[in-house]
Amino acid sequence: MIAAADRPALASELRSFVRFILHELKPKRPLITPFNVISGAIVLLGAVLLAIRFTLGLGSITNLSQEYPWGLWIGFDVITGVAFAGGAYVITFMVYILGQEKYHPIVRVTVLNGLLAYLFYAGALLLDLGRPWNVINPIIGNGFGVSSVLFLVAWHFMLYMMAEFLEFSPAVAEWLGWRRVRRVLGSLTVGVVIFGITLSLLHQSGLGALYLMARDKVHPLWYSEFLPIVFLVSSIFAGLSMVIFEGSISQKVFQHRVGRRLHASHDDILVGLGRICGMTMFVYLFLQILVFTHGRRWEYLGTGWGAWYLFEMLGLVAVPAVLFIRGYRNEHIPLIRAAAALTLLGIIVNRLNVSVIAFKWYAPVRYVPSWMEIVVSLSVIAAELWVFRWIVNRMPVLAPSLELVKDEPALEGQTRARIA
Amino acid sequence: MNRRDLLKTVGAVAGSTLVARKLEAQEAAGSEPDTMAILVDTTLCVGCQSCEYACVDAHKDAGLEVPEDVDISVERPTSEKQWTVVNRYETEKGEVFRKTQCMHCLTPACASACLTKAMHKTPAGPVAWDVDRCMGCRFCMVSCPFDVPKFEYDSPVPRIQKCTMCWDRVSEGGVPACVEACPTGALTFGKRSELLDEARDRIYHAPDQYLHHIYGENEAGGTGYLYLASVPFEQLGLRTYLADEPYPVYTREFLYGVPVVLTLVPPLLVALHRASKERSVLPSESRKEDER
Repeated sequence: MIAAADRPALASELRSFVRFILHELKPKRPLITPFNVISGAIVLLGAVLLAIRFTLGLGSITNLSQEYPWGLWIGFDVITGVAFAGGAYVITFMVYILGQEKYHPIVRVTVLNGLLAYLFYAGALLLDLGRPWNVINPIIGNGFGVSSVLFLVAWHFMLYMMAEFLEFSPAVAEWLGWRRVRRVLGSLTVGVVIFGITLSLLHQSGLGALYLMARDKVHPLWYSEFLPIVFLVSSIFAGLSMVIFEGSISQKVFQHRVGRRLHASHDDILVGLGRICGMTMFVYLFLQILVFTHGRRWEYLGTGWGAWYLFEMLGLVAVPAVLFIRGYRNEHIPLIRAAAALTLLGIIVNRLNVSVIAFKWYAPVRYVPSWMEIVVSLSVIAAELWVFRWIVNRMPVLAPSLELVKDEPALEGQTRARIA
Repeated sequence: MNRRDLLKTVGAVAGSTLVARKLEAQEAAGSEPDTMAILVDTTLCVGCQSCEYACVDAHKDAGLEVPEDVDISVERPTSEKQWTVVNRYETEKGEVFRKTQCMHCLTPACASACLTKAMHKTPAGPVAWDVDRCMGCRFCMVSCPFDVPKFEYDSPVPRIQKCTMCWDRVSEGGVPACVEACPTGALTFGKRSELLDEARDRIYHAPDQYLHHIYGENEAGGTGYLYLASVPFEQLGLRTYLADEPYPVYTREFLYGVPVVLTLVPPLLVALHRASKERSVLPSESRKEDER
């Protein structure tokens, strides 16, 4: 029960909270920019296409077929997107478990990126489901398919999203000025991080395990019983390359929100991450060589598929690995950025090879995504970037909140003037 | 280890043993030897397509349609509108016809792939699909070694379509529509063990007429449809490269690893966290901020 005297205080508290939220919802920067116009058009077109998809069925805008039940939305949005989101579990492991304080300034932005990637890319799964209203069935127990890898992946996506939200929640509490809540949430961090890493190990590998039963459908150069471990190891450098890539962009785009500590140490962080990427990629290459010889795949090397496989392994893994190591040795940031971009491309190629390109490689009619599938995928990315920008511009993501509060009045004056 | 971590670990152990037990139970149910099955003797099939029409007739409610302008010289797959199809094959012994449909595996990949158990092996034998559970993820289609499940891409409320072995009829003691319609006796419905005996009997009595192999006895861990033929099965479009193990075996090791990871990794991480914390004598600024 709230004492009668407290009620007016509570009411005014609530009023000021609502006023704060309403104020924060307003755009802080100019609305008409090239990025906003282009991404807005894409999202609008994507929304129209999705309306068609939900009234007429998946066949109306996708090129999916009985031969190819999973296309771009699963192969790129979900399977590649989740690998890219792997940075969150790797960085939280390094900072909270190994105590590598150097990487602390990028924890929040990485976790936010991971959280949004899961929300949007795993959320894109809903667009692909034929009967999305039944998506709650494996959660409420209308059939617990515990022998299904997808059951594990689905539960882990859900639990991991909660874990990542809790990992990020101190930033939300700071933004709202809830000190006591912030303290409680902060005390949960290590426990949640441990839970999150465990979940990530399982579902990053689980995405590879999805294809274990498709042993006769995935080309032998990409199929092996080691797919789960291959996916897990590659998610480490996929995630970190994304952190390098995203960090390099954020440093420029969100310059006004970057804290002093992050600004000072960002190059140092990139060099360190580049080194870890390079070394993990050599481990990955070694693993791939083991899988290759164990599977006796020599006979396939002479074919077109063999050339494509070699291109992936050498051009998009070995080359960026060497670039990473050189970039680390010479502390050459552009080289590390180039290596990260090349690595990301390699991960896209690898995940699409397993899920789409080398899947049913023998089929007479191949699946090629329709332009509409591509637009929908792009609009998912655009929508995610909007939410990311909204949060970074308001919450203490790239800098500790103390620093931001100090700068706030000046900043606020600027934006108000610009909007007016 | 603090209380929270301990609780978590205990929970994970309890949960994982539950998972493992369920897995075993399901496999035991799948390997039930005497489920109902159908024997197809391709040496008796004349390609009249009576089974195709009978199937459409029996399952009109499910949206099946009689195909128009059938070009029998082209191999047709089953579709979302046709659960069974008869194809003609040019073989070393001339024209041979073969009926194709869901194989009703003893340990079906599709059922183990299904995260809602919408696709499931019924104790009687048919692999059935439950409309109220399916979320349309199509993982069954990815997993099925025979590429049997079909999806209604042109519907806002799509269903998975495939042969049900006339589950409704069978459960009432009836016979599948295709078997009933077959005028030449190419299809036989019965207990799987008895059909295997019957098939071996036919091979024994006409060893020159039959290939000495029953397709489906071991393929993909054994199937509910069994085929006899006079020519190598690959000439009849059957997949002879499939493994003899049940396909769920390929994900079993991974799934068995899940409880191990869930129980062992968290304590390991706690230990690592402790160790690295003790090492740093002076906790840095940001750590203080985190644990304040």
